[in-house]
Amino acid sequence: MTQIKQTPTHCCSEVNNSNAYTLGPIEAGPPCCEPDPAIRVQNLTLSYGGQSALDNVSLDIYRGCITALIGPSGCGKTSFLSSINRLTDLIPNCTVTGKVEIENTDIHAADMDVQALRRRVGMIFQKPNPFPLSIRRNIQMPLREHGVKDRALLETKLQTALQDVGLWDEVKDRLDSSALSLSGGQQQRLCIARALALQPEILLMDEPCSALDPLSSAVVEDLILSLSGRYTVVIVTHNLAQARRIANYAGFFWAKERTGKLVEFGRCQQIFESPAHELTAAYVSGARG
Amino acid sequence: MASIHQRDLLLTGFVWSAAALVIGSFLWLLSDMLLQGAGQLSWDFLTAETENAGRAGGIAPVLVSTLLILAVAILVAGPIGLATAVLLSEFIAKDNRIARAIGMSIDVLAGVPSIVFGLFGMAFFSAYLGLGFSILAGGLTLACMVLPILIRTIEEGLSAVPDEWRKGAAVLGMSRLSALFYILLPAAAPALAAGLMLGIGRAMAETAALIFTSGYVDRMPSSLHDSGRALAVHIYDLSMNVAGGDANAYASALVLVIMLIIINNIALMLANSLLQKRISLA
Repeated sequence: MTQIKQTPTHCCSEVNNSNAYTLGPIEAGPPCCEPDPAIRVQNLTLSYGGQSALDNVSLDIYRGCITALIGPSGCGKTSFLSSINRLTDLIPNCTVTGKVEIENTDIHAADMDVQALRRRVGMIFQKPNPFPLSIRRNIQMPLREHGVKDRALLETKLQTALQDVGLWDEVKDRLDSSALSLSGGQQQRLCIARALALQPEILLMDEPCSALDPLSSAVVEDLILSLSGRYTVVIVTHNLAQARRIANYAGFFWAKERTGKLVEFGRCQQIFESPAHELTAAYVSGARG
Repeated sequence: MASIHQRDLLLTGFVWSAAALVIGSFLWLLSDMLLQGAGQLSWDFLTAETENAGRAGGIAPVLVSTLLILAVAILVAGPIGLATAVLLSEFIAKDNRIARAIGMSIDVLAGVPSIVFGLFGMAFFSAYLGLGFSILAGGLTLACMVLPILIRTIEEGLSAVPDEWRKGAAVLGMSRLSALFYILLPAAAPALAAGLMLGIGRAMAETAALIFTSGYVDRMPSSLHDSGRALAVHIYDLSMNVAGGDANAYASALVLVIMLIIINNIALMLANSLLQKRISLA
């Protein structure tokens, strides 16, 4: 399935699509042999025009793993996600303090190239948002923007990206038709392909399955699982069963007086089976939230 | 007390008769023009020089002047309007002080009677800038007049483009300029065309602002500095000041309406084909 050449820097890349490590016993060891932070968040505080939305969040996100962020609506999960690729820059009156480091580089540094940052950190939204262009242009336009001019290379990258998301066979005969003619699930996979074509290191996903029907949702979920090891994935989800199925690590957010806080972070299995905090226990068991 | 069914009938009847009234008045206007003017209409009428103050001859100089005035107005107002609309909808927040100041200026400008634009044009373009009674002065005056329409329609069109595409472009590391040119403006193409259409429509129908600025002269213009008579001015002059000019006034009005319908359709076609092309472009 994969055609993207990446040297396996991490043992996760050798584990193939296996659910075993998230559902298996704790004694089997962490899913990533030596958890190695790709993103380090320290004392992140975020507010919208004075109203604090996220308070003092510190968290390491491990390379090659899938990290799920769970918690009720309005607890700052999406705000947290948006501060990793500085999408918060687009929101007027949004102030971010604290430190976010990606591979030891402070993303708020004065000399940070935000466009280059966003190429390294892809993002998928809840509602599929393909551009009102052809399937081909949806994938090739961002590539051109980042300096890929060679036609043959553009075509190869188009095919690779679509193959990576399992869309190639479905659309190869109609690459020039509008992306808006695809079904919801196909559109979402196209959006993932569009992000993958830029060869990012990190993928941020904001409830990528919640606007899809159950069958498409399952296809996208399998796809996300297949990305683990090759990409560092941070996924916001309200579907606890999904988080449990696909994530290696999980962070539980909870809002107090409209300000979100990270209550607990740990191995996915630990969060779901032996949470340390009573709020987490109540949420994952369905008693609260 | 009427039954629900009867009230329903009454409402349906009212809605239909309102629609019929609209269509009816348009047809009445059109048939009146056709009856009175179609007889005068011929290829010669469109291509011949104006004679005897418009009572005889054709409207060729008037058509040329009209198109030149329009071209000046649209070429000047188009880019300025587009840039302002893009600034308002993409680059500054709605509640920003500058945005509010610009917005208020546009709304006031839109409400100014055309005769005032005519006086302003005469004082500023004709007198102060020394353009005199000329097609240039008339075109520039019209540009000021259609600017608010252009800005508002384009701005609304851009605002109607879903925010997801802006965010989508941003998270792919695309610059705002690329997002604007490759995604947002093509998506707003129908609104752009509509704005252009409304602007052209307003400019073509304008009389008062042009009497003071581009003048009455019905000779064929040899440059933009010549005075030129617009079609609407020609119609006004024939029906108000020239005895025996009614027939040609009707024929000219018919030409004006046909031109508007043609331009309307061209703009719609352009918008549609632009959308199609964007979607199929490899």
